[in-house]
Amino acid sequence: MKNYFYGMILTVGLICAAVVQGKQEPASPPPLGLPPVPIPEDNPQSAEKVALGDRLFNDQRFSSTGDVSCATCHAADKVLTDSPLTVSQGIRKLAGTRNAPSVVNSVYAEKLFWDGRSPSLEDQALHPFVNPVEMGLKDHQPILDIVRSDPEYAKAFKSAFGKSGGEITMTEVTRAIAAFERTKVTANSPFDRWYYGGEEESLSAVQKRGFEIFVNQGRCLSCHVIEQTQALLTDNRFHNIGAGINAIRDEVPGLAGEFLKAEATASEVDVKVLTDKRTSELGRFAVTRGFDDLGAFKTPTLRNVALTAPYMHDGSLATLRDVVVHYNNGGVTKEGDPVNDFLSGGIRPLGLTDGQIDDLVAFMEALTSPEHASLADAASKK
Amino acid sequence: MSTSRLTRRGFLKAAGALAAAGCLPVSTVELAFADRSKSFTFAHISDAHIQQIRGTKFVRNWDRGLIRAVAETNLLAPKPDFVVFGGDLAQLGKKSELDHGAEMLSKLSYKVYCVMGEHDYYLDLGEYWSKLFGPHYYSWDHKDVHFVVLNSVLTYDEWTHERWPTQEQRMLEMAGLDNPNGSQFMVGEKQRAWLREDLGKVKKGTPIVVFSHSPIQKIYKGWNFWTEDAEEVQALLRPFEDVTVIYGHVHQVQYNQIGKISFHAVMATAWPWPYPQSYALAKSHLPRLTVPMNRADPFFERDATGWQLIDMKNGRTAMRYNLYNNTNRAVAFNPKTGRPEDTKFQEPTAGLPPQVHY
Repeated sequence: MKNYFYGMILTVGLICAAVVQGKQEPASPPPLGLPPVPIPEDNPQSAEKVALGDRLFNDQRFSSTGDVSCATCHAADKVLTDSPLTVSQGIRKLAGTRNAPSVVNSVYAEKLFWDGRSPSLEDQALHPFVNPVEMGLKDHQPILDIVRSDPEYAKAFKSAFGKSGGEITMTEVTRAIAAFERTKVTANSPFDRWYYGGEEESLSAVQKRGFEIFVNQGRCLSCHVIEQTQALLTDNRFHNIGAGINAIRDEVPGLAGEFLKAEATASEVDVKVLTDKRTSELGRFAVTRGFDDLGAFKTPTLRNVALTAPYMHDGSLATLRDVVVHYNNGGVTKEGDPVNDFLSGGIRPLGLTDGQIDDLVAFMEALTSPEHASLADAASKK
Repeated sequence: MSTSRLTRRGFLKAAGALAAAGCLPVSTVELAFADRSKSFTFAHISDAHIQQIRGTKFVRNWDRGLIRAVAETNLLAPKPDFVVFGGDLAQLGKKSELDHGAEMLSKLSYKVYCVMGEHDYYLDLGEYWSKLFGPHYYSWDHKDVHFVVLNSVLTYDEWTHERWPTQEQRMLEMAGLDNPNGSQFMVGEKQRAWLREDLGKVKKGTPIVVFSHSPIQKIYKGWNFWTEDAEEVQALLRPFEDVTVIYGHVHQVQYNQIGKISFHAVMATAWPWPYPQSYALAKSHLPRLTVPMNRADPFFERDATGWQLIDMKNGRTAMRYNLYNNTNRAVAFNPKTGRPEDTKFQEPTAGLPPQVHY
């Protein structure tokens, strides 16, 4: 509701706002099943800005080795992820600690990264450039050197922001990238056409059974939210669901304690959580240092989830079925394994039968948007 | 006390620090006090209600609550001086339940002081509990503060010894709410005599902290949010300047000030109780001071449960409620008004909207 309201205000604001540079686009209506795209007041959309963002997003020169761009881990033909990698690979194939979340529909995220350590798409875009296992730059200067001198960029920044040379800063760079990302919105899935569009035939009987389990016995709905008029399929909150942290149970006091000894800066946290797997498992605790956030990660949207395996922040679960089994076991991947002490109170054994698990997986396969359908076809032929 | 009484500015500073600590429950809380040597912290965990289903199977939800509170308390930095467990470790007083709970408490890396709850007591009148945790009521001194543990869940001898054909039935009758067969809790004459003697040895300027399971004040009779001889116990505490009573049983945030005695309730790790005024059949006396906490999101089994870290600063307490899936709260003594106040939600109009029924 809040997002919707925000979107409404911004839509009105967009119509009234005086356009300084770039032709301002009236917001196109969102696809069936999603609310209006929230656009921050200080970064209105324009075709020029989006095109510039697209170019920046795909530019491999912004990495220390010259062969990694944003699109390396957020590839257009993989729903803007790097599926099927378990965790992302940056320069020289260096592995991080986390599975690349899709950029598609990330505009609706209230906080970015698995642990929510970034407040906006604009801020988020700053960090991978300078993370040692992502794009590996020492600082942002090489990016500024390129965009200030490259004639194509000079033209693009001039038309998008009215700025050139030294006037171009990382603020403009990240605003353009964020504007591009805000166009990556897909919904109108078979589920949306059934639930919001009234197309009875859009879901199979099995998928409809799966939906029943999704909202009832499976307890999925409490975090993967579906509302009367829209389905973000996330609550934008952080939960310890037993992924990752179960494996470092005995080390939590040491790891958490170490983290608490010294106040870490945002960029130190960024480096630490992506380069040290054990620290990574502390989840949002590394950001807030609150007990509630120990081992807690952001609820991802389930839109297009059938195409983005493997799953969880660490890519530790290979299939959607594995994910449902993990929840069915009350937050452990292998039934009977010990669960961590800080498990969210929302996670408990579900008592689903094998048949119900299959139904639930079938329902999640109905969350794929038509834009990605060809990919879905390819996946089903595998 | 005069040398250590906080200034208004000091309180506000403390309140600010506590509010910040609400978000960062494991960070150090620094308060502006002249005499730092008298400041320390302890943690309080209560009302775990460990319940056996059969054999080695226990109610998972209650197990998880205690496990999480213990694990989080162990992460505290700086470390608290000790932990108090506020009673109702078991649900029906069974050995298996007390053993299972004791095993979980044994993971605490601190000294633990235990308080008797009615769910621990009415099966075998605390016999097995005593084997695990020691005497039913006792006292000790720590850094110039006198601590007292009372067994406040006793009742009339006739009810206890003569009315029920079996121990099990006695336990079940006392475990029920709104049960016409139940009986009022009390500290009792014998224990009050002990308390009088115990306090007789304590200098009048010494801060006193009393732990009981039921509130040593009268709030709502139907649910035994009530101790029948509360006034008599309060009278024994009245000569002292700084007295704090910390009680379990009610599973919710409550606080009050009666004369020089500050009262604080603690959270359960098991489940939340509604506030008694939501149950309109009988009159309740929730302290006027208390800004009720918001109510639980039923999806999150831990919501509206939690545990406490208590700052003991020169004899006055500040309760920091660690509330899962919720906004942490801090209730601290305000020397200007002479009573405990929530450091954030002080005016009813500024408070979290209380949820008056489930």
